[in-house]
Amino acid sequence: MQITMTVNGVSHTRDVEARLLLIHFLRDELRLTGSHWGCDTSNCGACVVWLDETPVKSCTVLAAMADGRRVRTVEDLARGGRLDPVQQGFAECHGLQCGFCTPGMMMTARWLLDHHPDPSVAEIREALSGQLCRCTGYENIVRSVRWASEHEAAQPAGGDGGTGRQAGER
Amino acid sequence: MSAAPDPALDGAYGPVRRKEDARFLRGQGTFVDDIQRPGMLHGAILRSPLAHARIVSVDTAAAEAHPRVRAVITGELLERRKLAWMPTLSRDVQAVLATDKVRFQGQEVAFVVAEDRYSARDALELIQVEYEPLPVVVDATRALDEGAPLIRDDVAGQRDNHIFDWAAGDRAATDAAFAAADVVVTQDMLYPRSHPAPLETCGAVAEMDPVSGKLTVWATTQAPHAHRTLYALIAGLPEHKIRIVSPDIGGGFGNKVPVYPGYLCAVVGTMITGQPVKWVEDRSENLMSTTFARDYHMHGEIAATRDGRILALRARVLADHGAFNGSAQPSKYPAGFFHIFTGSYDLQAAHCEVTGVYTNKAPGGVAYSCSFRIAEGVYLVERMVDLLAAELGLDPAELRMRNLLRPEQFPYTCPTGWEYDSGDYPRALQVAMDLAGYPELRREQEERRARGEYMGIGLSFFTEGVGAGPRKDMDILGLGMADGADLRIYPTGAAVLSISCQTQGQGHETTFAQIIAHELGLSPDDVEVVHGDTDRTPFGLGTYGSRSTPVSGAAAVVVARKVRERARVVAAAMLEAAPEDLEWARGRWQVRGDPEQGRTMAEIAMAAHSSLELPDGVEGHLDAETVYNPPNLTYPYGAYICVVDVDPGTGAVALRRFIAVDDCGVRINPMIVEGQVHGGLADGVGMALMQVITYDQDGNCLGGSFMDYLLPTSLECPSWELGETVTPCPHHPIGAKGVGESATVGSPVAVVNAVVDALRPLGLRHADMPLTPASVWSALQGRPVRADLAL
Repeated sequence: MQITMTVNGVSHTRDVEARLLLIHFLRDELRLTGSHWGCDTSNCGACVVWLDETPVKSCTVLAAMADGRRVRTVEDLARGGRLDPVQQGFAECHGLQCGFCTPGMMMTARWLLDHHPDPSVAEIREALSGQLCRCTGYENIVRSVRWASEHEAAQPAGGDGGTGRQAGER
Repeated sequence: MSAAPDPALDGAYGPVRRKEDARFLRGQGTFVDDIQRPGMLHGAILRSPLAHARIVSVDTAAAEAHPRVRAVITGELLERRKLAWMPTLSRDVQAVLATDKVRFQGQEVAFVVAEDRYSARDALELIQVEYEPLPVVVDATRALDEGAPLIRDDVAGQRDNHIFDWAAGDRAATDAAFAAADVVVTQDMLYPRSHPAPLETCGAVAEMDPVSGKLTVWATTQAPHAHRTLYALIAGLPEHKIRIVSPDIGGGFGNKVPVYPGYLCAVVGTMITGQPVKWVEDRSENLMSTTFARDYHMHGEIAATRDGRILALRARVLADHGAFNGSAQPSKYPAGFFHIFTGSYDLQAAHCEVTGVYTNKAPGGVAYSCSFRIAEGVYLVERMVDLLAAELGLDPAELRMRNLLRPEQFPYTCPTGWEYDSGDYPRALQVAMDLAGYPELRREQEERRARGEYMGIGLSFFTEGVGAGPRKDMDILGLGMADGADLRIYPTGAAVLSISCQTQGQGHETTFAQIIAHELGLSPDDVEVVHGDTDRTPFGLGTYGSRSTPVSGAAAVVVARKVRERARVVAAAMLEAAPEDLEWARGRWQVRGDPEQGRTMAEIAMAAHSSLELPDGVEGHLDAETVYNPPNLTYPYGAYICVVDVDPGTGAVALRRFIAVDDCGVRINPMIVEGQVHGGLADGVGMALMQVITYDQDGNCLGGSFMDYLLPTSLECPSWELGETVTPCPHHPIGAKGVGESATVGSPVAVVNAVVDALRPLGLRHADMPLTPASVWSALQGRPVRADLAL
C-alpha cells in the first residue's frame, strides 16, 4: 500500500507492506536510526517518537497508521546546529550511558516540558515510567529533565533554541 | 565541558562531560542494527519450542521455495562443514544449530537468510521440524537424581547431569573453627536465575569479501579480540583475515561476552550467499537463549562466639549451568570468584564446595555485572551475617563493625587465598551510617513498630576482586588476561589512544582521554580514543568483570608514561639540557630549578617529528605501545544501607531510601563513577524485588518478554544517595580500582536484609529473591515458594 507521512518536516511517500511497523519504516526505509527497537511489547520505550503531537511507541504502531500524519523523531530535536535544552540537560547531568534508551527518553521529556514546563521529580518519574533504562538507574535522567526545565525557564520559548515547537515546524 | 579542569594546573581528572554523548543525543550512534551494507541480507533463527526433544526430521523445502529466501541453514548442513558445535568459554561445547536433540526451549535449530527482515521471519514458519519429546529437568536440585533424564548424551562418557565439583578453602580448619564455636547459624538460600537484558539485544552483521577472503563481523561483543581468535579457531579462518567491530553497544552487563550461535550463523550465511548478512535477535530470543545470570542454590553456615566474633564460614552450592556449560570466567575457576565469599570480615577459616549441573534451561551463568560470581558470594555472606546478628540479638551494623577487616591488616590474604590490596572498611561503614542517620532510623523503626508499621533497615558490606587478571592465574580459553594499549602523538600534539577494551556505555572515550591528558599535560579534547575494532586496536580481552580501568586503564597510564619518557629526551635536545636535568611539572618538561625553561607536549611533538638533531640511538617521534599484565586484582568495596516499608497484608515492599558508599580508589571521572553506581543499584533493586527467569515443569521459559520479566522503572527506583571514600589501589599505576559492577554485586542483599528486618517481628527469618508481594506474603505464611519454578 502507498502511504505518505511527514517526518521531521519532510514529506515521504512509500509503497509498504500493510504490516510494516512504524519503527521499521523509520529505521529501514528512511534510515532514521536514532529511534531504537528494544522489546516488541511496548514495555521499553526505546522506540518512542511523536505521532502528530503525542509520544507513541513506534514498535506497536503500523506505518500505515501514520499515513497522512506527522512524525517527529530524535533527529529533529536539535535545530540549526543547536541542541534542544533536553539534549543539553542529558549531556550536563550524565543522563545517558549506552545511549540506547536516550532518544525515546528525550522525546517523552520534550513532550512533558511542552505541556508541563516545571514538572516535579515525581511528575518526571511518572512521565518516564513507561520506558526502561538499564544503565542510569533513572536518577540522572530525572536530573537532566529538571535541568532542561530550569534552563528553559531562564530562556523562554520563542527563540531558535526555544521550546514548545511542534513536529514539522521549521 | 563546563566542569573541565585546567590540565596544566589540576590534571585532567574530574567530572568532564562525555565525548560520546554528542552522537547519542542526536540519534547518530551506530549500533549493530543501524549498520547497512550494500546487498545486505537478513537472517532469522528458528528455535525449539520444546526444552528437551530428539529431532526426528527437519524439512526446509517450503522455506527454500519462498521467493525472497536465499538460504536455509540447518544443523546437518553445519555438520558437513564441521561447524555444528562450537567451544564454549568453559571448555564445553554448545550446538550452533541442533543436530541430534534440542536441550532447552529457544535453542537454535535452523537459520534462514532472506532479502528482508520480514521475509526471513515468514520463512521460519515454513520449516517443518518433527520432534520426539523427552523428559525434562528444570530444577537443579533434581538434576542428579537417579534416573534423571540425561541431557548431554553428546558428550562421550557423560552418564549423568554432573558438570564439576570444585572446592576452596581449608576444610579441616573450618571444621575445627565450627566445632569450637558458641553459635552456628545455617540457612538455605537461592540466588535465582536472572537475565542481564541489555536494552539492545544481541546481533551481528557478517560480511565476507570474496576477493580478499576477509571476514568482517560487526557484532554486539564485549570482547572483540577474544571473539576474533574464537572465530579463527571455530571456523578455521586465518585470524588476520578476520576483523571484528564492536560498534556502539546498547548495554552489555555480561550478556555480550559469549559467542552466540546467531553470530556464527550470520558468518556462515555470508559465506554461503556471498552477501552481507544481518542477524538481530528479538527480545524473547534474548531472554530465552542468551546467557542468564546466577541460579545458585546455596547452603550457608556461619560460626561465631557468643559475644559476636565471627570465626568461620562454610558454603555448599549447587550451580545450575543450563544445557551447555557456557559460563564465562577465567579457566581455573569453574565457580568464578565465588570463593571470595568470606567477604569483608576477619575470619579464621572458610570452606566452600560448588557442584555444577546441567538442566534443560538456557546456558550461561556468569553474567549480569556479577564480577565472576562475587555477587553470589556477597549475597551469601551478607545474609549469614544478618542472620547471625539476629541470633545474637546484636544490631547488624554493630556486628559488622566488630568483624570488618581493619585498615592495618592490608594487604590481607583471605582464608580462600585472595590478597585484598587496600581498604578502610570501618570508615566506609561509618560514612554510610552517618549519611543514613542510622541511629535515628533505628529509633524511627522502633516507634513505627510500636504503631504496627513494618519499616526495615538493611545493610550490606561488600568486597570485590575485579580487573582479571594476572596472567599466571587467569586466562579464558588459554588467552591470558593482559591488555595492550598503543598511543600515537601527532606532530601537533594531538593524541590517539588505541585500547583493547570496549565501551557499552561506560564512557571509555572520555575516561581514557582523561587518563592520557592527565599524564601528558593535554586537554581531554586533544585525545581521541579508538576501541572496539580489532583492525585498529591491540589485543586484549575486553570489557567485563569491571576490568577496563584496572587493566586497560593501567595500560593507558603505562603507555602514556612511555611517551612522556620519550618526550623527555626530545625536550632535553630542544632545551640543550641533559634529560636527567629535566623534571615533569605542570604538564610539561622543564629544566629543574628553572621553570621558565620548559616545553609542552605539543611543542615536543612537533620537534620530535622535525629535523631537530637528536642524540644517537633516539628514534624520533613519540609513539609507544605496551601490554599490561596486572600484578593482582583490584579490590573495591562499599557499605550500603537500604530503608523499606513493607505491608505484611499484601507483601508489597516500598523502597524508601538507598544509601551507597563506594570506595573504588582514585576516581578519574567522578560523574561517570556515580552513574555506574546508580545503574548498578537499579539492577540490584530489580533482582531483589522483581527480576526472575521462571520455568514451568515442561521447561517453558516464563520470562520471555518484558511483560513477564519485570525490570525496575523510574517509579521503583528511589533517588539514590551516594557517598564515597578513597583508598588508592597500591599496585595500580594511578591507584584506581574497578567500579562497574560494585553496586549490582552489593545492593540486592541490602534490600533483602531490609525486608527481613522489617518483618522480623512477624517471625520472618529469610525469604528468597525476588521479593515480590506474592513471595513475601507466602514467606510470612511460613510457605515460601520458589519464584524460579512454576510447577
